[in-house]
Amino acid sequence: MFLYVFRRLLTAIPTMFVIVTLAFFLIRVAPGGPFNQERGLSPEIKANLEAQFGLNDPIWLQYVNYLNNLLHGNFGPSYNLPDFTVTELFANGLPISVQLGLSALVLALAVGTVLGIVAALNQNKLGDYSVIALATAGSTIPTFVIAPVIQLLFGLTWKLLPIGGWGDGAWINKIGPILTLSLPQIAIVARLMRGSMIESLRSNHIRTARALGLSDWSVVVKHALRGAVLPIVSYSGPAAAALLTGSIIVETIFAIPGIGRYFVDAALNRDYTLVMGTVVVIAMFTIAFNLIVDILYAFFDPRVRYD
Amino acid sequence: MAGETILSVKDLRVRFRTLDGVVEAVKGINLHVDAGETVAVVGESGSGKSQTMMAAMSLLASNGEATGVVDYRGKNLLTLGKSELNKVRGRKISMIFQEPMTSLDPLYTIGNQLMEPIRKHRGLSGAEARAEALRLLELVKIPDPERRLKSYPHEMSGGQRQRVMIAMALANDPDILIADEPTTALDVTIQAQILMLLAELQRKLGMAIVFITHDLGIVRRFADRVYVMRYGEVVEEGKADELFANPQHDYTKMLLAAEPTGRKSAPADTAPILLEGRNVEVEFKIGGGFLSGPPMLLRAVDRISVTLKQCQTIGIVGESGSGKSTLGRALLRLLPSQGMIRFGDKDLSKADRAEMRPLRRELQLVFQDPFGSLSPRMTVGQIITEGLLVHEPSLSSKERDKRAVEALLEVGLSPDTRNRYPHEFSGGQRQRIAIARAMILKPKVVVLDEPTSALDRSVQKQIVELLRKLQADHDLSYLFISHDLAVVRAMSDYIIVMKQGKIVEEGPTEEIFGAPREAYTKTLMAAAIDETKFRLSA
Repeated sequence: MFLYVFRRLLTAIPTMFVIVTLAFFLIRVAPGGPFNQERGLSPEIKANLEAQFGLNDPIWLQYVNYLNNLLHGNFGPSYNLPDFTVTELFANGLPISVQLGLSALVLALAVGTVLGIVAALNQNKLGDYSVIALATAGSTIPTFVIAPVIQLLFGLTWKLLPIGGWGDGAWINKIGPILTLSLPQIAIVARLMRGSMIESLRSNHIRTARALGLSDWSVVVKHALRGAVLPIVSYSGPAAAALLTGSIIVETIFAIPGIGRYFVDAALNRDYTLVMGTVVVIAMFTIAFNLIVDILYAFFDPRVRYD
Repeated sequence: MAGETILSVKDLRVRFRTLDGVVEAVKGINLHVDAGETVAVVGESGSGKSQTMMAAMSLLASNGEATGVVDYRGKNLLTLGKSELNKVRGRKISMIFQEPMTSLDPLYTIGNQLMEPIRKHRGLSGAEARAEALRLLELVKIPDPERRLKSYPHEMSGGQRQRVMIAMALANDPDILIADEPTTALDVTIQAQILMLLAELQRKLGMAIVFITHDLGIVRRFADRVYVMRYGEVVEEGKADELFANPQHDYTKMLLAAEPTGRKSAPADTAPILLEGRNVEVEFKIGGGFLSGPPMLLRAVDRISVTLKQCQTIGIVGESGSGKSTLGRALLRLLPSQGMIRFGDKDLSKADRAEMRPLRRELQLVFQDPFGSLSPRMTVGQIITEGLLVHEPSLSSKERDKRAVEALLEVGLSPDTRNRYPHEFSGGQRQRIAIARAMILKPKVVVLDEPTSALDRSVQKQIVELLRKLQADHDLSYLFISHDLAVVRAMSDYIIVMKQGKIVEEGPTEEIFGAPREAYTKTLMAAAIDETKFRLSA
């Protein structure tokens, strides 16, 4: 097991290298640069800025310098938010996004799993149809509709929640964004869980458990559920990576200072260092969570062995 | 004790709600089980024999419904509440199933699964239950039981898993053990071991056994009384000896006559050699990849030589994993192999894909699975004429259609069937279609890979007869791969016995069956055709 984790971490290095390289050159292929704004800077100032940030160097030298800095944990300065380094931006925003994302994930897994089980146990009955209807709605209504509706109802009409803002992390400010983030995930998890639970309940070893006269609780929870959560485990890896690195829609609508906005904003502004920083963070989260999922898998399923 | 009726089924009906309406799988049957006796419920697939017992145990699928009475010592199991029912299931009546590979929970250790019903029904402590589990594993003769308690199902063979299932079923000393095709999925030598174990346990523990089976061999050797089922009804019942000696119902007579019979005589010494393999070797790579070291090599076929003459049938027998199917495929060059393979005067071992293509029409293959080997989206006509498009592209569609009609008639199907789709046909009919697909190309050599294994005995016999007739009409040579020794004996004039990729023994059929030399062959033969009774009437 230890050897396996070590090997996976080792293979993550070339993966990261390829991702960083591709992203570095791709964003530079896009026309324009960080200092071509609509207002336009005077040529002298622009030349000065570019010289200061080394943008006049040959591209291979820029690449080598960037890699060198990255290896020393230095993401560089942000071109468009000159008061901050990229590292500082992440230090401020990432904890916020992670908090919201993690809460949404936990909520989605808890609620989605329970709904899925309820649906599976009442297959083709009222409980099942209600869950399916909810899941279909949850996955078809986009977040940019759900978020304003929550603001409208809970914020404006009933005045239960603040309409937006982070409020220095007050829990009441987190409810809206967490709900918005988790609803589509609840829908996906519930559907996945329903399907795998139905399949699990039909399997031969469940028939054996029933034939042995075991209680319904043991049949469903001990024998059917454990096998049925495996697809959820697989799904939660990439889902966690996506949720924890923030959502531009939710953070924009609720005015949350997370990192979800950076990717799009930075790409539009050609803020090279911030784009690269976001790519690195998302890639690391993805690799890490996939590894965690694979380890969890071995924990749940004794047939999976890494050696 | 003996003679007292402990389970009686009265007017049991089982219905399933399906998309095509309500299907009645069991149509009002009556049967009973006395203490300590062995009852067999015999029938072919779809006879309702399994559903009868599933209904008795309240294990029907969710769209199924049972009416009538299943009386166990004064309690009607069909109307019992869940918790009352669970005091009978697994305690007084227990059940083992056909699929040992999937009937245990893959996520828990054997010990955990064995202890659960013991603790549930007898309220023992963990340590007591563990000691009991250990005793049970010893009872069903699992080697090294202490270690096996910590094993997971996937770490054990099919035979061992079935032993664990038996141990679980016997954990609470039941009155009745229902065994639903308990050995069908196992190799024949393992089958015999499991059956012997069941007989021995019955002598020791005295429970009644209900065998649900299609295998008359098992019935003959085990049962005191027999119920013969067809289309959801019991057509005949009686003492096993009497029923075998003097069957009354036509269906029973037909079942008894369905054991494959007849022998094949060897081809003349002067018959030309058609297909020849010298030192054929097939290796599979297992695992391997980036950072995980070199792959392991598994030698599935280990330097095997075969000579197939015109009109000859070579039976290749062996248990699962012996390499018999791999050998068949390697000889047709469907798998890369080492060694020399000749077909007529052509050296196949050096032929590439393009050179092989024209030869393919003379080297045909029929598979085991008549459900998976026909494309569900093509009509029967399209399926059987597809090979003609490749090998005789000059034929007009009218001529192809004519050939399809001939081929279907030849395998005993109506030519009208050629515009229908495979799902409309039964297993036996599909196997005929698969044979027609091979025959339409007028091949010289046909590899038959377990062509009858998925079929009921009565259908099996028809397919065997069809294959015989085709061989006589067209001077075909067969390579007949099977684990079913009765069929192999009826079909082949020469036998190769394989184990772990090697030939254990080979020779003319009567020699191999009459006087096997190797110990492994003897075990195999004893397991398959020995007719000694395991048990006399109680």
